[in-house]
Amino acid sequence: MSIMVHEGQEGRSGGALFWIALRAGVVFIILCGIVYPLVSTGLAQLLFPHQANGSLLRDKDGTLIGSELIGQSFTDPSYFHGRVSSIGYKAEASGSNNYAPSNPDMIARTQASIVQWQQENPDVLIEKLPIALITNSGSGLDPHITPQSALVQISRISKLTGLSEAELASLVNEYTENRDLGVFGEKRVNVLKLNLALKEKLGI
Amino acid sequence: MDILQIVIVIGVLMLIAKPLGDYLYHVFSNEPNLTDRVFRWVEKPIFALIGVKQRTGMSWKRYAFSFIAINIVLVAISYAVLRLQSGLPLNPSDIGNMEPTLVMNTIISFITNTNLQHYSGETGLTYFSQMAVIMMMMFASAATGFSVAVAFVRGITSKGKSLGNFFEDFVKAHTRIFLPLSTIITLVLVALQVPQTLDLTLTITTLQGSTQQIAIGPVASLESIKHLGTNGGGFFGVNSAHPFENPNPLTNVIEILSMWALPASLPFMYGRFAKSRKQGWVIFSAMMILFLVFLTVAYTAEKNGNPALNDLGIDASQGSMEGKEVRFGMAQSVLFTAVTTAATTGTVNNMHDTLTPLGGLVPLAEMMLNVVFGGKGVGLMNMLMYAILAVFICGLMVGRTPEFLGRKIEPREMKLIAVAILAHPFIILAPTAAAFLIDLGKGSISNSGFHGITQVLYEYTSSAANNGSGFEGLADNTPFWNISTGLVMFFGRYISMIAMLAVVGSLVRKQWVPETIGTFRTDNALFTFLLIGTVILIGALTFLPVVVLGPIAEHLTIR
Repeated sequence: MSIMVHEGQEGRSGGALFWIALRAGVVFIILCGIVYPLVSTGLAQLLFPHQANGSLLRDKDGTLIGSELIGQSFTDPSYFHGRVSSIGYKAEASGSNNYAPSNPDMIARTQASIVQWQQENPDVLIEKLPIALITNSGSGLDPHITPQSALVQISRISKLTGLSEAELASLVNEYTENRDLGVFGEKRVNVLKLNLALKEKLGI
Repeated sequence: MDILQIVIVIGVLMLIAKPLGDYLYHVFSNEPNLTDRVFRWVEKPIFALIGVKQRTGMSWKRYAFSFIAINIVLVAISYAVLRLQSGLPLNPSDIGNMEPTLVMNTIISFITNTNLQHYSGETGLTYFSQMAVIMMMMFASAATGFSVAVAFVRGITSKGKSLGNFFEDFVKAHTRIFLPLSTIITLVLVALQVPQTLDLTLTITTLQGSTQQIAIGPVASLESIKHLGTNGGGFFGVNSAHPFENPNPLTNVIEILSMWALPASLPFMYGRFAKSRKQGWVIFSAMMILFLVFLTVAYTAEKNGNPALNDLGIDASQGSMEGKEVRFGMAQSVLFTAVTTAATTGTVNNMHDTLTPLGGLVPLAEMMLNVVFGGKGVGLMNMLMYAILAVFICGLMVGRTPEFLGRKIEPREMKLIAVAILAHPFIILAPTAAAFLIDLGKGSISNSGFHGITQVLYEYTSSAANNGSGFEGLADNTPFWNISTGLVMFFGRYISMIAMLAVVGSLVRKQWVPETIGTFRTDNALFTFLLIGTVILIGALTFLPVVVLGPIAEHLTIR
């Protein structure tokens, strides 16, 4: 160990140390608080402009319709529906109700979701209804549903749009994303992308 | 597939922890090495600017004074920025100034590496505040914790009297660890779709024809240091559950490893300093064994799901999905939860309030113990503190003067360690009890019954452990919560840090005792289990009663 205490230095006053601390504080505010984020922004915009600006999605006419990362609210029964969001997919401020597993309001909300599901999808048994579809995501902005959650909606959408169930199933298949690198996370379907494809298929 | 992906992540961690520990040793050993050649040219002007001419060694008191002084400077400047943010640059969304008790809470929260957030990033902070206060403090608090831990390790392992020079450690932690790593991780995250822009909130018309406003900003540069520095404060309110902060499982894995790698490598750095790699392995193994036990409990509980929902007749085979994101599923959510509270980061990718009772008990327990890897430096210090305690208890049992790494452990050290160990449960349990006595506390509970007890307990445990995650249903942006958690975070950070520096300040003055056949060995498997036993014993004695009142009672009622 090369460090030794030099008596003279050790005797430096607290004031001198504080002066160093003050200068160090200012230097690191500039370095970490201003230079670092601005340089990062510059590099990011230069190297990956699409990702750095929020992975925005446009339809075939080039109109901006959202970000592929941020879920949207779908209530029209002829679209695939996303998960429950207590904030209605309002992305200016994320959040959820943070219901505890023992919270009676959550049980009531889930029961209401099941009743609504039975009304909209009378020919799908509730044993087939995946839990992910009727639970609130953490962010309230979850852009995905599980592949199973998409497949159980097919018969409803087929009736309302006239597209065959086989056609819709192959559409869901096409838009099912695999686990990352084949292992990480879950298989999933991006609801906005799927509905965009559905809309284009219907020619509206 | 769930088990496989968890095993892969842990495997990668094991691969990087040891070489990273070696690197950290080279950075802080102050012996000439290759890292000097790469970084000296950046550090030279920094040392000149801050006025450090000779990097002379410091006594524990000067070391403590220096780190406190720089913390005070940063707190003062940041206070001014948050109070005046509406008039400062980079405020495209026209956000107002922050209210004083919330500023106090926020500043303490970030300087103590806690990152408890009573504001919501989208609406509470300007881009300038996110950068100059939040990101800056994420670096500074991590570098401070790291420096103090390194000083502690130097003290107990070296035969010299000095703990090193605080400003040298602080600068090197920035230039050789946090700044380069953060820049690289930022760019990797951007490539994987995390935004990094200074543009305004986006307004778009959705596919169904309604309007959606999407908050965005310089997210990636915060995300990288948030995890590397085990800070945990999100750019957005829901933290790493937000698709912009954590868009896919791959970013999730990167974020897990970013917050885990440095705390896991510190035991190996310690082994190098102690000139005995086995000492490092003992500490690392104790941490890993505790971690695996906690992870298993959490995974099983979440996979079994919430009985109340399972009974509704739906397909609940996926487990408890309330508060979780589809892209992460069970494995990536539970692993993230176990790591974020082990490494005391406090970032969340699912809502901890919605976890099943036993699933929620795991993060709570990890923060109560505060030694399972632990945040920047502090976890290692706490674990070494328990190691000294274990040696002391064993010494008493066999009737020998306890020694640790060649130095006698005597009453002065044990008193200081007792203060540090007892302060932690005291600043958790006393305010928790107080909050239930008055309406200002009770009124904020959003989930009734036993879960309400856990909400309050979790808030103070997270504050005391400088973790920062929360059972976020708690309506905590009130003067009562801002001030009380602010004080708990403050004491949680500084009492143990100063006590530990004092311990080592006292140890370095002692004569080196040569190792003999009768010396109690601290570098074998037996000591690993004695260490784990000590941690569990102390943790169970202090926290079991309150844990029974909260999560365990809730578990029994919904079972």
